[in-house]
Amino acid sequence: MELRKFLLGAAAVGLLASPVAAEDAVKIGVITTLSGKAGYLGQDIRDGMLLAIAMEDGKLGGVPVELLVEDDGLKPGNGRQIAEKYMGDEGVKLLTGIVFSNVAGATVPDIVENGAIYVSPNAGPSNLAGEGCNENYFVVSWQNDALHEAAGAAATKLGFSKAFALAPNYQAGKDAITGFKRTFEGETVGEIYTQLDQTDFAAEMAQIRAAEPDVVFQFQPGGLGIAFLRQYQQAGLLGQIPMVLSEPSTDAVVLQAVGDAALGIHATAHWNIDFDNEANREFVAAWQETYDRPITYYASQGYDTARLIASAFAQTGGVDDIDALREALRKADFASVRGDFAFGQNQHPVQDWYLLDIVEDGNGSVKAVTNAKLLEDYGDSYAAQCEM
Amino acid sequence: MILVLEQILNGLQYGVMLFLLAAGLTLIFGIMGVINLAHGSLYMIGAFAGTWVAAHTGSFWLGLPVALTAAAVAGLLIEMLVVRRLYERDHLDQVLATFALILLFNELIVLLFGRQPIFTPLPELFSGSVQLFEGFPYPPYRLLIIATGLLVALGLWLLINRTRIGMLVRAGSTNRDMVRALGVDIRMLYTIVFGLGALLAGLAGYMAGPILAVQVGMGEQILLATFVVVVIGGVGSIRGAFVAGLALGVVDTAMRAFLPGFFRTFMEPAAADNLGAGIASMGIYLLMAIVLLIRPKGLFAPGA
Amino acid sequence: MPRLLAALVILALFAAMPEVASAMGQSSLMTLAARILIYAMAAASLNFILGYGGMISFGHAAFFGIGSYTVGILAHHLASGEPLFGIIPGSGDMAVTLPAALLVSGIAAAIIGALSLRTGGVQFIMITLAFAQMLFFFFVALPTYGGEDGTIISSANSVPGLNMRRKATVYYFILGVATVYFLILWRLVHSSFGEVLKGIRQNERRMTAMGIPVYRYKLFAFILAGMGAGLAGALLANFLRFASPDIMHWTKSGELMIMVILGGVGSFFGPILGAAALLVLEFHLAGWSEHWQLALGAILLLVVLGGRGGINGLLARLAGGRR
Repeated sequence: MELRKFLLGAAAVGLLASPVAAEDAVKIGVITTLSGKAGYLGQDIRDGMLLAIAMEDGKLGGVPVELLVEDDGLKPGNGRQIAEKYMGDEGVKLLTGIVFSNVAGATVPDIVENGAIYVSPNAGPSNLAGEGCNENYFVVSWQNDALHEAAGAAATKLGFSKAFALAPNYQAGKDAITGFKRTFEGETVGEIYTQLDQTDFAAEMAQIRAAEPDVVFQFQPGGLGIAFLRQYQQAGLLGQIPMVLSEPSTDAVVLQAVGDAALGIHATAHWNIDFDNEANREFVAAWQETYDRPITYYASQGYDTARLIASAFAQTGGVDDIDALREALRKADFASVRGDFAFGQNQHPVQDWYLLDIVEDGNGSVKAVTNAKLLEDYGDSYAAQCEM
Repeated sequence: MILVLEQILNGLQYGVMLFLLAAGLTLIFGIMGVINLAHGSLYMIGAFAGTWVAAHTGSFWLGLPVALTAAAVAGLLIEMLVVRRLYERDHLDQVLATFALILLFNELIVLLFGRQPIFTPLPELFSGSVQLFEGFPYPPYRLLIIATGLLVALGLWLLINRTRIGMLVRAGSTNRDMVRALGVDIRMLYTIVFGLGALLAGLAGYMAGPILAVQVGMGEQILLATFVVVVIGGVGSIRGAFVAGLALGVVDTAMRAFLPGFFRTFMEPAAADNLGAGIASMGIYLLMAIVLLIRPKGLFAPGA
Repeated sequence: MPRLLAALVILALFAAMPEVASAMGQSSLMTLAARILIYAMAAASLNFILGYGGMISFGHAAFFGIGSYTVGILAHHLASGEPLFGIIPGSGDMAVTLPAALLVSGIAAAIIGALSLRTGGVQFIMITLAFAQMLFFFFVALPTYGGEDGTIISSANSVPGLNMRRKATVYYFILGVATVYFLILWRLVHSSFGEVLKGIRQNERRMTAMGIPVYRYKLFAFILAGMGAGLAGALLANFLRFASPDIMHWTKSGELMIMVILGGVGSFFGPILGAAALLVLEFHLAGWSEHWQLALGAILLLVVLGGRGGINGLLARLAGGRR
């Protein structure tokens, strides 16, 4: 299995470097995080894009494309350097791929000022969503706060009134709790900011038990989330105090790793594997055929980003006319795997958010099943401040 | 009251974890004078090797020897191929070399296991929670970790105070050149100490597996806290590592648990949470700075 | 004389970089060169205390970050119009921000140095690390300036008579500051102060016996080094137009230390060579493979196992090996 993964990885790298890309292929620059703990995020985003391109035989919207990919190592300075290399040396006009908000902060302003277009497949920080918005900056994923506003709406809809909120003590964590409280109509009886790299939550479990809330909201992305959920179960809290989560805490990798420690949790999402639309069925089938690892929502965002670009290329034929490309992107004339999709005033998504249940999948593991629509045509709270 | 008791147990559990890592590091540091940044990588190697086996065989106990062996072998390889050539060199060259090893190991793990975290369930016997007494449930696995840590501490104490190797280790951490002058095969001693340190790091990594996420970069996360323990305890002192590890574990846990509440008694809740969390995250560094300003060589420095 | 020649060659290379880059159609080389200059300044300031003074600071990125944040915070208050603490107005003027960065990082270095220098050896390494980590967590927890996400600076600070919107102009400005900086550093290293510092590294007791106030000398050197890193940080903020806690994380302190060791501890040009080597390697390896850290690790390992004195030592051996 590991060998197969390795070969697939090698094949993907081979695809990147292959001379098949014709002379007139349009270059798309991907700056993403492939090393360290968050490496799987960037990997899935990139592979989602590669999948969309492979499904069109090396093209997007009928235009041959070449995907340039580099690892930013989660360092803002490196992200900026790679962007300059793409734009300056390779003449790239269209960039994408950044996973983290701090890399975006150092990189995106430089890209858009250079007259190139940046389409974000993941990070949607507030400082680029409101007054800092730009006509050359598009976000396909979500505005960061919306993730947690969905969780707040879920807690309200499920009828909870006393919430306990936890998040790491950094900006994204604070945004998470603020976002949750914005849409949660009950009372927040306790808030804990955990340490940045904290992986042992025993102290927090005790405090949750002592506070006796009727719901817990926690934002611990990736590996932290795995540790948190497992310890929640080990502390005997699972099944006693319900939990509402925003999307980064329950991606498919986290679910696979925590297994039955996630049973009964209320998750929220803008995409799920079981969405019943043509585009999604096609995407899921193709992914499962190509890769033997779970589909995360990061992969869906990478795929959607590529499909959005394809829809624009189908109209413009490439990147030669940036104004036309921008107009074409703004139309968002593509079938998103998440169903309805449109851009708001700040070129961030206006989309639906869903409540998911985590249930047994019958093979000893767990899966997320869509339960109900929480928010319809939901944008974000910064769009009004954006003047374009 | 129960809350305080529970937090103390939590602190002890974190503390013995730190001790397992710090014990090896402090010996390597104290006896060989090597700053081994790659100690966290040994922790990661133990966690990955053991967890992978446990996940594929379904048995937690089968993973354990694999974790220990993998970490020890990796440690011996590091010692023989890299560190051995650097004993006579500057501390700084050791820093550069072991930093390079971190990069190497992280990327090798990605190539071997992929980028997704891997995991193993708790052993049957220790899953769920037990009632320590009425109204006080506690995860038994954490009790197992505490017990393991205490056993290792006892074993190390016996090893160091009751055996010939231990005598050499004690002598080595106080006066390295003297041991060499006595005609002892210092190379052999170094290799043994390095292997032992690696073994303990692997044990810590594997024990942490079912609680935390086994993922690339997990070693660097705990490396700094381990160094703090070593320095507070006094470089080269197992006893120091034990005391400092447990103390740091309890203090860190207590600060996280009780500081925000303490500030809330006289501050606005939001500001109190912020300040409390902020100070708690600086906590171990603050503690180290204070200890070093009062006792510049740490609490139990040998030969001080 | 060969040193002067080397310095002139390095300067000429950097000065020609924008032209060369555009001639080669690789304008990113200018970005790379600018980062090398900035990191070389920061690494050289570390080398000043580490290589000449024997003080192994593992928290040097703290001052790099403080300099960077001084520019970021002043820009933030200029944009918002609200003075800092109600009294200090924001600023986007290089004539204000650079001295401010020097001042703030100097004060921080004075405080951290005064406490840390009471210890020595491994304890000094760890206590400097501790202070840097505290600062890191402070900025991460500070919501006003974006916390972990960092603060975006809308434009590079202004300099009268220069169009700082042009990238090449910013580059030459950085080169100018770096040149002056290295000239001052050269004078400092070869001054009587520098000689005392080297003497302290070799034998602290002897210097004490000679009646030299060792602690005060070391502290002064530590402050100067902090200011040097602060200046580099201020330039980095201007160059990236962004400041974030990322640059005061302990791994950044480690990176600066790696640059110093890689280049050659205690050699004047070592940090420049080290910064250039590490950044160029990163730049090319990352473009070559996603598993670039494997290659980087292997190369660093070979360098350190292959010989002493880093690149500078290697060059010296190559030059001397033809006897």
